Amino acid sequence: MLNLIWFFLLASGIVVAALNGHVEVVTEAALEAAKGAVKVCFDLIGIMALWLGIMKIAEKAGLIQSLARLLKPFLRRLFPSVPSDHPAMGAIILNLSANMLGLGNAATPFGMKAMQELQELNRDSPEASEAMCTFMALNTSCITLIPATIIGIRLAFSSANPTEIVGACIFATSCAMIIAVSLDYWFRTRSHWGRKN
Amino acid sequence: MLLNILTTISRWAIPLLLLLIPVYGVCKRIPVYETFVEGAEEGFYTAVKIIPFLVGMMVAISVFRASGAMDYLVRAMMPVMIAIGAPPEVLPLAVMRPLSGSGALGLATELMRVYGPDSLIGRLASVMQGTTDTTFFVLTVYFGSVGIKKFKYAVITGLSADVTGLIASVYICNLLFK
Repeated sequence: MLNLIWFFLLASGIVVAALNGHVEVVTEAALEAAKGAVKVCFDLIGIMALWLGIMKIAEKAGLIQSLARLLKPFLRRLFPSVPSDHPAMGAIILNLSANMLGLGNAATPFGMKAMQELQELNRDSPEASEAMCTFMALNTSCITLIPATIIGIRLAFSSANPTEIVGACIFATSCAMIIAVSLDYWFRTRSHWGRKN
Repeated sequence: MLLNILTTISRWAIPLLLLLIPVYGVCKRIPVYETFVEGAEEGFYTAVKIIPFLVGMMVAISVFRASGAMDYLVRAMMPVMIAIGAPPEVLPLAVMRPLSGSGALGLATELMRVYGPDSLIGRLASVMQGTTDTTFFVLTVYFGSVGIKKFKYAVITGLSADVTGLIASVYICNLLFK
């Protein structure tokens, strides 16, 4: 699936550029993007180090496990393949809470920690596990209670009511989340992708 | 009122996290600084591990955008947008949203600058921006950080959530703000 999308994006871009007679934009776009990607990763290093450090304290102090235990009944249904006291659960909760609060830069390190824990349960397979897919479904459709960036932009353009969109955002993400979780459940239990082979 | 509560929460969330977690650690008699450093060490490796995945994805998306291929996709999707009752001006944002976070933010800002944040288009752009996530970035970075190469059905699930979010945004904005 991803192979197909990646190939489509790249190939259709080059073909369109060639047909429009400006194939050279491909060169510049590709090289600039490659450089830009490394820059994004380097900017991430410091933020990752900070939050993974804090996360380690939370983990050693047992905070992550207590969080996991607190939301056990809810998480057990979503992640049947993960033991309910597993640290992955705590990291997932931290990631989703950071997402809800609109703390994007804290959410990413927590999410990666969760992925690492899930990958251990997945025995380092190069193929995504069911739990990872469920986590991604929750993560990409997660409700943001405080869309801080967008409120900031609305404020900057002197909106009469910068926060009036919050309710609408919550409605729309809730719809997206319901669909994502249901689809994930369907794939996991009904489709050939879900079965272990 | 709501704005005050929200800005207070966003101002306090990170300082409080940075305070409360170490406080809890101290109470549990954890050597907090040593433990912090031990965890922080992983930050570098994790960030570096994502590089190949992110280069691959960002190059493809950037070529797709810069070549004008994205504009064709936008034009091809126009009837769909009109069918769900969306103003066609927001379509580029809808296509950009799952691909690039900074690209989408740029488009949303531009829509609000041109049409005003309190117009239907400005409000719809805000809701769309606040609704779904940059699915491709999230999948690339999260799966990349642990070396997953086969994403299975996660792509379809993520994109379905994006489409649902878009339709729901258009519906609720037409209902509330038209």
